Amino acid sequence: MTGRLIAREVRRGLHGAAWLPVAFFLLVATIVPFAVGPDARLLARIGGGALWIAALTSALLPIERLVEPDRADGILDQLALTGMTEEAIGAAKMAGHWLTFGPLLLIAAVPGSFLVGLDGPALGRILVSLAIGTPALASLAVAVAALTAGLPRAGALAGLLLMPLAVPLVIFGAAAAGDAESAALKLEAAVALLLIAGAPFVTGAAIRASRT
Amino acid sequence: MSALLCGEGLALVRGGRLLFEELDVRLAAGDALHVTGPNGSGKSSLIRLAAGLLKPSTGRVMRADAALADEGLALDRELSLARALAFWAGPQLAQALTAFELEELAEVPVRLLSTGQAKRAQLARVHASGAPLWLLDEPLNGLDRKGVGELDRAIAAHRSNGGAVLAASHMPLTGDWRSLELGA
Repeated sequence: MTGRLIAREVRRGLHGAAWLPVAFFLLVATIVPFAVGPDARLLARIGGGALWIAALTSALLPIERLVEPDRADGILDQLALTGMTEEAIGAAKMAGHWLTFGPLLLIAAVPGSFLVGLDGPALGRILVSLAIGTPALASLAVAVAALTAGLPRAGALAGLLLMPLAVPLVIFGAAAAGDAESAALKLEAAVALLLIAGAPFVTGAAIRASRT
Repeated sequence: MSALLCGEGLALVRGGRLLFEELDVRLAAGDALHVTGPNGSGKSSLIRLAAGLLKPSTGRVMRADAALADEGLALDRELSLARALAFWAGPQLAQALTAFELEELAEVPVRLLSTGQAKRAQLARVHASGAPLWLLDEPLNGLDRKGVGELDRAIAAHRSNGGAVLAASHMPLTGDWRSLELGA
């Protein structure tokens, strides 16, 4: 059942608007040079951080379609009846969501990097830091989606919940994108691991608590 | 013979209101229990309790593998009916489609089904699961006379194959049912 659920999440992600977070990501990356001016040195210095902000905000877009439709339609109940634990449902949703979010975002990060003046080794660093960071962003998105499922104004609430939780990830992720010498990449990986490991349990508890 | 569903000393408090207490429910192979009662008497809650989706305030529930039909359709609306049902990987999918005369609708997207057709699709999902215990919450809602007949035949066949059915409905069900009245 877990494999089928992951495949379903991927199919629904691609059918739905998988391109939306990517388009949003590129749009934010496009706006940065307009906002801070065309100074190439300045852009290259803040480029990594700007792309991380773009990635974080684009991670918010799919939240409302991740858990709530399945809760409202009884899919989560039926999955529980097949014997799947809520934690396994959460883990499968995380995996399925990342597959439609992470790889596309990494591809978009290549043109995105050129827009903010990053190239060569800097491009490689941002790709590595996003490759480590996007699974954590996807996990957070699923956990927050489960926490806010069924609530009024869930979308806005989800943003308020997700952003503070992502702060450590953004700090180390952006630092790793900027400086290859520091230990930021390892710290980013540690934070990402913590978020990925914790998210299924948060998601599972939230799904159980949302049952009426 | 072991019971397919066994609930002992069940009590349920919802929203500060006691829905029922000291309730014993026991279904063996071939049994069918019709839960009746006015709106808000806890019929649906009892079904969800039996499914394990709610925890009783006191008492405990043990059950065999179960399939549930409640207000949630639980079929992906953008898929054809056959593919949406296939997601649940029921071993008796072909028989279920025949039993509820859904073969002609197999390629129709779920979102285009009428209320009654969707109800039949939902009952087919339960049938296809092959689970010995069926939990049906208001199974007659939206069904036309032909659909009711299909459901009656499916339930009879399920019971004669050693299955059990727990149904909550404010409407009378045909056939040989034990009945349990809540909120009396």
